[in-house]
Amino acid sequence: MNDMSDGYVTADGRQIGGVIMEMKNITLRFGGVVAIKDISFDIRDGEIRAIIGPNGAGKSSMLNVISGFYIPTEGEVMFKGVKRGPMKPYQVARLGIARTFQNIALFDGMSVLDNIMTGRLTHMKSGLLAQAGWWWTGAAKEEDEHREKVEKIIDFLEIQNIRKTPVGRLPYGLKKRVELARALAAEPKLLLLDEPMAGMNVEEKEDMSRFILDVNDEFGTTIVLIEHDMGVVMDLSDRVVVMDYGKKIGDGTPDEVRNNQDVIDAYLGVAHD
Amino acid sequence: MPDIVLYAAEVTLNGLMAGVLYALVALGFVLIFKASGIFNYAQGVLALFAALTLVGIQKGQVPFAHLLNAMTGKHYTNFPWEVPALVAILLAAGVMVVLAIIIEKLVLKHLVNQAPIILFMATIGMAYFLEGFGDVMWGSDIKTLDVGLPQGINETIDSVTYNMFGYGFFIDNLDIVAAVVAVLLVAALTVFSQYSKQGRALRAVADDHQAALSVGISLRFIWILVWSIAGFVALVAGIMWGSKSGVQFSLSLIALKALPVLMLGGFTSIPGAIVGGLIIGVGEKLFELLIGAPFLGGATENWFAYVLALVFLVFRPQGLFGEKIIERV
Repeated sequence: MNDMSDGYVTADGRQIGGVIMEMKNITLRFGGVVAIKDISFDIRDGEIRAIIGPNGAGKSSMLNVISGFYIPTEGEVMFKGVKRGPMKPYQVARLGIARTFQNIALFDGMSVLDNIMTGRLTHMKSGLLAQAGWWWTGAAKEEDEHREKVEKIIDFLEIQNIRKTPVGRLPYGLKKRVELARALAAEPKLLLLDEPMAGMNVEEKEDMSRFILDVNDEFGTTIVLIEHDMGVVMDLSDRVVVMDYGKKIGDGTPDEVRNNQDVIDAYLGVAHD
Repeated sequence: MPDIVLYAAEVTLNGLMAGVLYALVALGFVLIFKASGIFNYAQGVLALFAALTLVGIQKGQVPFAHLLNAMTGKHYTNFPWEVPALVAILLAAGVMVVLAIIIEKLVLKHLVNQAPIILFMATIGMAYFLEGFGDVMWGSDIKTLDVGLPQGINETIDSVTYNMFGYGFFIDNLDIVAAVVAVLLVAALTVFSQYSKQGRALRAVADDHQAALSVGISLRFIWILVWSIAGFVALVAGIMWGSKSGVQFSLSLIALKALPVLMLGGFTSIPGAIVGGLIIGVGEKLFELLIGAPFLGGATENWFAYVLALVFLVFRPQGLFGEKIIERV
């Protein structure tokens, strides 16, 4: 296991810790299609790590490997120094990995509050019978404690006024924010954001960027995000992995990546001779 | 007071009681539909199976007696004991939980992410299988079920109404018990689904599988939970209907009466199942009394519910309490 002290200091002066997740020579095939080809990189404690690349580069597949939804055909995923075996998605959630989805996966029929409360499920201890006891068994007290944590997140993301609204009625940008709130409610060690700003207008993007930075700052949450908008990525992230056609073509700070010839070629296109 | 008004009042009361029994069956449908979007065709058979199991356990029947006897040439019928009603009910509930686990393992697990129609077909298969399985396990003869629920006319209501109006209302004790049980069951289920952790997880699974997985909900656990609860509701319905009219194959057909109840109340609403049941119960009895018998030659009770449901389908397809489908463009 890597030494937890071997971190680095970011451009804005934050101390980043040791490696919490390491992807070792990950290859992912679907039949004959190679979605990810021999990619290795690490994710360090407390950093904002971005994965970028043109359409079809394999970013979402990569995120699904990190989240445990896909099991890599070859290679290993080390989480906190331990090799991670095949897992069920709900087991991954219980490990402390929360995520949002590119196309928003919320519970439309439930209120904002209930949606966010589902994020607390992995922390709720009282079982079925204890729940039936309610006041007697302390299930009511437990519910109150979770509710308090959820209210903090609601305040944090400034969605107090829509607390009781069914999610299905909300506009797109707010839905994205509720989804982030639900992921945060799990108090994750690792937060995965799949295109958190897709389809947003400039103002919504600015809000979302601010929230992502605040989350990282306030809770020290390690964040991995996929994003199309280059400007946003460069502003937000501490280190960036660049993918193209399933391969890693760049890895480093935003400045390093920006000046990488392969990356420039991939994004701007290059004449083949 | 004119006789017809008193008579109509009595019929209304009886209709309410019958409606509660319809609602009990409808409730099982709503639970499974809410949690998995499956219309569970097997719900009626589940009630039959639950009632058969309850009688079998209570009377100390040897399960699969016919099969065993055919294979061994012996004549097993009963164990030399009888089980007290309450214990038998608990054991039967246990059997329903085991059944839920088996259904999840053998059927549902293999049909994740399939279209609802596929799951619906699977429940049809389950219905036929369970029907036969119940017969093989407990025998196909008509059984009487007696778990000590009060039977017969309620004397108090009879005498009180007689003293007040000079006309005694006939209300069955069993119907009163059924009404009380149904109200308690609905209250408990509503509280469970709205306020408990598992209830919230259940609603989450019903809404979006992918999202539910991402917040750490085990689909397997939730499905077993839902089918267990549905099995328990089926058991309660089985007890009520079984006590009323004996445990026999026709018990599984009451599921058909639950259909119009669901269309009225909405497939996704627990209180809707109750209100729908009451409307159908009262509606069919009053219609028979006021219109059916005098003008249409009677026997309207058989079809009134379905016609009412059809009318509802035209004007309010989601039912009285069903969730209105919100779609954003």
